[in-house]
Amino acid sequence: MFFTLVNHLTTDTLTSLIGFGAELVLCATIVVILLARMFHFTERIDSTWIALLGSLAALVVLSPLAPWDISQQPAQMVAIGNLPRVELFTGMLVYDGFGVVIKTLMIVFLLLFFVLTKLTSAHRSQDSPDFTTLVLGATVGMCLMVSANHVLMVFLAIEMASVPSYAMVAIRRVDRKGSEAALKYAVYGAAAAGVMLYGISLLCGVLNSAHIPTMAMKLSEMSAAGMTGAEITILVMASLMILVGLAFKLSAVPFHQWCPDVFEGATAEVGAFLSVASKAAALALLIRVAVGLGCVESAPLPLAANTHGEAKAALFNVADEKQPAVEEAAEVTSETKSLQPVQTFLGLIIAIMAAVTCTFGNLAAFAQTNIKRLLAYSTIAHAGYMMMAVPPILALASKDVAAAGECAGYLALYIAVYLLMNLGAFAVVAYVRDCTGSEEIRDYAGMIYRNQSIAICMTILLVSLVGLPPLAGFVGKFAVFAGVARGYLATGETYLAILLAVGCVNTAISLFYYLRVVKVMTIDPVDEETAPMHRSPGILQLGYLWCVTAPVLLLIVGWDSLNVWIQAAVRGLIS
Amino acid sequence: MDNVAFLIVISLIFTPVVGAIALLFLPAENKSLLRWFTLAVTLLVLLPTLYIALPGSSVLSFQTDTANIQDVIQVAWIPSFDIQFFLGIDGISFPLLLLTALIAFLAMGASWTIDKHVKSYCVLYLLLLAGMMGVFMSLDFFLFYIFWEVMLLPMYFLIGVWGGPRKEYAAIKFFLYTLFGSVLMLIALLMLYFNSDLRQLSAPQLAAAHVAAWDDAGERLSPEAFKTRIDASEYPVHTFNILALQQLGQHSEVFDQALLWGKSIQWWAFLLLFIGFAIKVPSVPLHTWLPDAHVEAPTPISMILAGVLLKMGGYGIVRICYPICPDAGYDLVWVVCSVGVFSMVYGAFAALAQKDFKRMVAYSSVSHMGYVVLGLGVWSATAGNVFDPISWSMGVKGALFQMIGHGISSAGMFFMVGVIYDRVHHRDLNQFGGLYGKMPIYTAMAMLLFFAGLGLPGLCGFIGEAFVVLSVWKLSGTLAVISAAVVILTAAYILWAIQRVYLGPEYKGPHPEALTEITWRETLIALPLCVLAVVLGVFPSLMFRYLDKTVDQQVADLTEWTEQVKLPQLRAQQAEADQDVAANQP
Repeated sequence: MFFTLVNHLTTDTLTSLIGFGAELVLCATIVVILLARMFHFTERIDSTWIALLGSLAALVVLSPLAPWDISQQPAQMVAIGNLPRVELFTGMLVYDGFGVVIKTLMIVFLLLFFVLTKLTSAHRSQDSPDFTTLVLGATVGMCLMVSANHVLMVFLAIEMASVPSYAMVAIRRVDRKGSEAALKYAVYGAAAAGVMLYGISLLCGVLNSAHIPTMAMKLSEMSAAGMTGAEITILVMASLMILVGLAFKLSAVPFHQWCPDVFEGATAEVGAFLSVASKAAALALLIRVAVGLGCVESAPLPLAANTHGEAKAALFNVADEKQPAVEEAAEVTSETKSLQPVQTFLGLIIAIMAAVTCTFGNLAAFAQTNIKRLLAYSTIAHAGYMMMAVPPILALASKDVAAAGECAGYLALYIAVYLLMNLGAFAVVAYVRDCTGSEEIRDYAGMIYRNQSIAICMTILLVSLVGLPPLAGFVGKFAVFAGVARGYLATGETYLAILLAVGCVNTAISLFYYLRVVKVMTIDPVDEETAPMHRSPGILQLGYLWCVTAPVLLLIVGWDSLNVWIQAAVRGLIS
Repeated sequence: MDNVAFLIVISLIFTPVVGAIALLFLPAENKSLLRWFTLAVTLLVLLPTLYIALPGSSVLSFQTDTANIQDVIQVAWIPSFDIQFFLGIDGISFPLLLLTALIAFLAMGASWTIDKHVKSYCVLYLLLLAGMMGVFMSLDFFLFYIFWEVMLLPMYFLIGVWGGPRKEYAAIKFFLYTLFGSVLMLIALLMLYFNSDLRQLSAPQLAAAHVAAWDDAGERLSPEAFKTRIDASEYPVHTFNILALQQLGQHSEVFDQALLWGKSIQWWAFLLLFIGFAIKVPSVPLHTWLPDAHVEAPTPISMILAGVLLKMGGYGIVRICYPICPDAGYDLVWVVCSVGVFSMVYGAFAALAQKDFKRMVAYSSVSHMGYVVLGLGVWSATAGNVFDPISWSMGVKGALFQMIGHGISSAGMFFMVGVIYDRVHHRDLNQFGGLYGKMPIYTAMAMLLFFAGLGLPGLCGFIGEAFVVLSVWKLSGTLAVISAAVVILTAAYILWAIQRVYLGPEYKGPHPEALTEITWRETLIALPLCVLAVVLGVFPSLMFRYLDKTVDQQVADLTEWTEQVKLPQLRAQQAEADQDVAANQP
């Protein structure tokens, strides 16, 4: 018995490693950076270059166009549409197309991010290896968030992503504002994590498992058998508490207060990292948890190495452990129906949160005078838009699984677009800080006369954040709204119609504050109070900015291929 | 269609874009080069359009004997969302296309007075032109939406940077209003898309709607082959093709399912689209952006705004609202017509009260565009009434002609106001007078254009108004009387303005020394507008020859729908109600 177990574990772990390759490469990069400091001859190598190489290697290992199918022996590269959903490490993680897409986006972002830190002056000090290590560590955590399949993993991943982030905010030791922001962030994060952990323990206690697909099975059984009032209370409490932890990462209202302060205190580069990579991971995690608990159909296949499942049963020692297999079609349909209250509850609560977050973010942004605070509120609003993609997935899951999967793809499309435009906007903030030393919106006055490239790119990026065609932001918004509209028309849930209306009206009102920045840059004249530009950004900086802006401008021409790739990847998310 | 024709049609949109990119590489200091270059680009848009308008070319000339879409360009664009790059011209869009190209050319001529940041101005101007041409040519709803929005940002800057004292306020107000309208349009677009189902259409209908699909080898499928393919599909086949949506709206029940509060999908879609388009038209009470935008915008932009942009609202209503959602259009006929009449009356009274010359012209636009909404809204059948498609067709034609006529007269009026504003730098109606003595040629042209705006018989404004007012009689005598009475108000504010500005003994306002006769450049801009105002007034058939077939066809389709679908429904409801009444009688 013991040897069988060890045997299974070994095979399982070894097979799983390939699916975990990108994370492993990132970890190895961290080790290399740390080791490099120890030797005299490698000490002077800039750690950012190592990190860039490491991220590139991670991207190659991940191989987004033809990822490794590890359910075959030996693992083979297959088209992303044919990638099966499998569990890694005895069910701790899940490896599927959706995860590959989001991880790809994050690693691409990481590459662009490291290039940006090379081009700006904020992170050039001798702390640079520390900073790089923290960024890589946080990214590993985020990759784990994207592929979590077990609530313990959810918690660990969130912590692994958060703790380096706290330190990144405080990386400039002389900056008191940064330290204050980091403290706020850490305290807030710790509290949210505590509440979440409590919620997790409640949920696991009621459902007798911490493995998300097993929990969903148990939940559907309980739901089919009829739940008592006490059980419902506990489940609702537990899910709300877990949502607190997720909402903190998403900076969703009412757990958003840290966001503007942290963005203001941290450098613009760290702001870019937190607003893009961290949001992408949190949204992916939201999908993993919400869809994982809400749909039995979303259960991944166990890895080929231990299909018989006895090893796992032994491991978890759960009395009524039952592997959710897709073949049990008849049973699944009845379970599908029985989970509908759960889906409606989760969908409704996420929808309310999304609507409130979006509206609040947009309204609060009106009054901002600091560009980083403005972008922080804009990030909050965009988190709201992205969360809007989740309720239709849940609503459609029991009606039309193909459509539900496509809705998840729309979210990934939004994330892809958002990555570029927000990175660009923060890059502009970093350049302007380097050139003028100011981060106030009024010091952007007359930017069009002072530096045309910055003004034009920033205008394009901000208008794209509004979501106006023909810029890329529209593609994302269109996709997410299309998902909501589709969910509404297919299910007739009125709350989705309200969500759609809220989203659309928000688009219109968000115009006002983005355009205010544009107005300051293009229409307002430079006066003596405007902070002077000590130097102008170099050709490399501007080239980088145009490289980020050009796709935003041109994506409309060819977003079909991006959409096709994403849709192929998410096809198996719910089946 | 051969390659040359393909290139020429597509160049109507992309010439300005290429021109804008080319402008970026020209030196910013050489202002006259920039202006002449931009003028040449607008001419390059105008000439092919005129060439299409003239008979004689076998491949390109506009075919006036067919109601169908011509010069079709159809390329797969975003297959994963069934979006195509689908352009085409028919009798509804072509006159507006002609108007756009002409006004854009003339307004560029009027842009010589712009002296600040000429390069950026020209780039934005050309992007705006591309957007306008695209809106009138695109037949894919998604593409239409993109072009619709493409215009907003250039317009914001054109008002916000080159405008008058309150330019920033006016620009953001314009932007917010229009964006609000377009997000409503976006909701309607998604609703229609996800409810559309091409499987409901027969092969001939698919062919008529230019529904295209390509097989793996890139060969275009025949309608029959496509029909077989989609019939095999398990899921609905969605489409953004406006023509296919029209067919679905008229020949299937896909948009009839109840949505919210007992109203059908098409009812909601119609309402959202109508609000979106009414903001653009603009109709009272959604018009308040227009006077601000007009007053603050520089003269050429006012010309574009009044001459072209307002027409997009009307175009959207006739192209999208009615053919796709006929049932809702029928039910909401009173709403639409009342909005139209109310705009006419309110706009006329507001114009009467203005002291600012340009604001007065702006409110006259609100009033005149009310005719367009009224004419499009006329649906001369209510339950039990005599059904009369003739007056209906008259209303639509009148509305479309009114759009052209107003495009010419209002662009002319704004230009004329701009001419004196350039000289004396104020627009206060009460401080003018006696311009006739100092600028006789200018005054003659201005009065001609103002009379055209007034709707004097023999000038272009008359035909549209007369057609619309006549068509309303069958629907409602009251509305017809009110709309006819508005003509008196119009005459009042225009004649009063002419009296205060051009007549009178002498000019007493500031800068009297600057009042010099109109220059040759200004004459060249005003002259075509004056000539067109007269020619279209005397020979309206010049425009109707493009309109007739397509409008007749559209009205015939909707008449058929009314007779075969709507009237039986209404009669059945009536009979049911009668039965109820009879049953409840003691």
